[in-house]
Amino acid sequence: MAEMTYREALNQALREEMERDPDVFLMGEEVAEYDGAYKVSKGLLDAFGDRRVVDSPIAELGFAGLGVGAAMAGLKPVIEFMTFNFSILALDQVINHAAKIRYMSGGQIPCPIVFRGPNGAALQLSAQHSQACETYYVHAPGVKVVTPATPADAKGLLKAAIRDPDPVAFMEGELLYNMKGDVPDDDDFVIPLGVADVKQEGDDVTILTHGKTVHVALQAARKLEKDGVSAEVVDLRTIRPLDVETILASVRKTNRAVYLEEGWSFAGVGAQIVSLVQEEAFDWLDAPVVRVTQADVPMPYAKNLEQLAKPSAERVVAACNRVLYR
Amino acid sequence: MAETKTVDDETRTDGAGGLRGVDPDTALRLMREMLLYRRFEEKAEEAYAIGKIGGFCHLHIGQEAAAAGSILALDEGDYVISAYREHTQALAKGIDAGAVMAELFGRATGCSKGKGGSMHLFDYERRFMGGHGIVGAQVPLASGMGWKIRYRDEDHVVVCFMGDAAVNQGAFHEALNMSAVWNLPVIYVVENNEYGMGTAFSRVSRTEIHEKACSYGIPTSIVDGQDVLETFVAFRDLAAGVRGGGGPRFVDLRTYRFKGHSMSDPVSGTYRSKEEVEGKVKNADPIATLRDVLLEGGHLDQESLEAMDSEARTTAQEAFDFADESPFPDPSELYADVYAELGDGRMFFDGRERPEGSV
Repeated sequence: MAEMTYREALNQALREEMERDPDVFLMGEEVAEYDGAYKVSKGLLDAFGDRRVVDSPIAELGFAGLGVGAAMAGLKPVIEFMTFNFSILALDQVINHAAKIRYMSGGQIPCPIVFRGPNGAALQLSAQHSQACETYYVHAPGVKVVTPATPADAKGLLKAAIRDPDPVAFMEGELLYNMKGDVPDDDDFVIPLGVADVKQEGDDVTILTHGKTVHVALQAARKLEKDGVSAEVVDLRTIRPLDVETILASVRKTNRAVYLEEGWSFAGVGAQIVSLVQEEAFDWLDAPVVRVTQADVPMPYAKNLEQLAKPSAERVVAACNRVLYR
Repeated sequence: MAETKTVDDETRTDGAGGLRGVDPDTALRLMREMLLYRRFEEKAEEAYAIGKIGGFCHLHIGQEAAAAGSILALDEGDYVISAYREHTQALAKGIDAGAVMAELFGRATGCSKGKGGSMHLFDYERRFMGGHGIVGAQVPLASGMGWKIRYRDEDHVVVCFMGDAAVNQGAFHEALNMSAVWNLPVIYVVENNEYGMGTAFSRVSRTEIHEKACSYGIPTSIVDGQDVLETFVAFRDLAAGVRGGGGPRFVDLRTYRFKGHSMSDPVSGTYRSKEEVEGKVKNADPIATLRDVLLEGGHLDQESLEAMDSEARTTAQEAFDFADESPFPDPSELYADVYAELGDGRMFFDGRERPEGSV
């Protein structure tokens, strides 16, 4: 084990996969000479040269599409969006092309590509720079969606995403880049997609979540513990493929569940999970499943309003108490 | 400022029986190909009318020279990618007529296993990269294929077809800029048939097609896409220039669609007059133009022409029969090819049982 930041873990994953496979290249805004807007690609230009670490023009639709075309022709692009907010410009290339090429070509044309970058809100960046975009991506069959919450998950899952034969949206947490954690040293440390992780075991209620809000859930679990409530925190890690077994096993154990996510509620990830839980574990539930999401408004700038808009540990505690009828 | 040029007069008039330097065998091959495209599309039209083909179907009748003259000038390893009026381009790239027709019919033997249809023809081995339905969105994909060629130091080119309406899309401009900056081996071809669906190009642009690539520093050619010999010569030369590391090229390939935009659009009416269409059919039919050159030059006689046409009709009919006799895709195909493989975790959330045999 080595202690490192989430940022360093991502950097290591990129470096190792680029060393492993000459077809892997990184393209995006400021990834090369600037070392990445969030320094995730620091040093990669020096290590791999400007053929494989490429500064693009600010043209999300264009360079995402170029990546898809390169993947169709046999390369393994990693396309960095400076943030997923800007990826909305590129959605046509992801949803209409990357996700569908294999299917509409009858299985002939591959599309092994990773779209990665920070997703969700940071601090006071207001409406256009504070969006959780996973719903847009997870909605379309053909795309995989990965949301690592810790340095170890960031490394192991990014390596898996780059090796994956299908398009992967790899959504990082902007506020997690400086977070430290233990990461296995093994060069071949790969976490398979589709395997959830129980971040904390508990018996009374299950908090299901993904990405950055795993840490909000853990905070809520600590608060609940002081009240004598044992909460289990299940981190989906990947939303598609989805580890349904782990979700259902936890719900069947605790009989109560809360879904926590950064995004909006309507047709959010939680909506899908609630649907699944009621359909496949209805008889085990002792209370309706409750969701904690961002307020149904664009993200405001003012600090107090932003705090009100974001899902908080307090809201999670309240939701847990609700399903516990406390 | 990039140079804009038309194929010069010397090319237009040079000898060889009016063949512009194209050898007679190639000229005859171009004729055979164009006849096949015409008869194939007529057969598709017939099949659509009797419900064998569903959905949208965009015929290429009138634009045969644009497909034959460009694609036949390429090497096997070169990539072709297009929009949704691409049946004849698929034939030109060497996909069997039966496999193309079967795709239009939605059959398992289609070149996309019946899952793509008229707008999504693919053949990876022949480097026919689709068949794309979002106007202009295939243009960055072509740049990506050019990127791969350059990344691997290969000597191929990409030919990217689009309709004239694509030049107003953002994807077009972003892709041309990147290809210019990175010197990618792509020939962007606007099949300029004057109308984006029912909207005349002049109504939606203050500048001409051939001016669109100038601000990216990409050399531009204007080519008469109704003249297959001119088109062939132009693309042979363009491909040679690009292959040598010359960077991207842009072509305003002037052509005309003899049929409606799709099967639901009448040939003439609201947006173009009967006289206009009839005038083009009479004076600018690419097949008739080459036929006259070949007959006058003594490269073809009436009898051989009729044999050639009869062969094209037979191939089209055989394609129809093959498609019609082919099975529909097996139900297990519904869930196949969404993902390359299934591993841990659930992929499908529709709550359905997947057909037996599916992934």
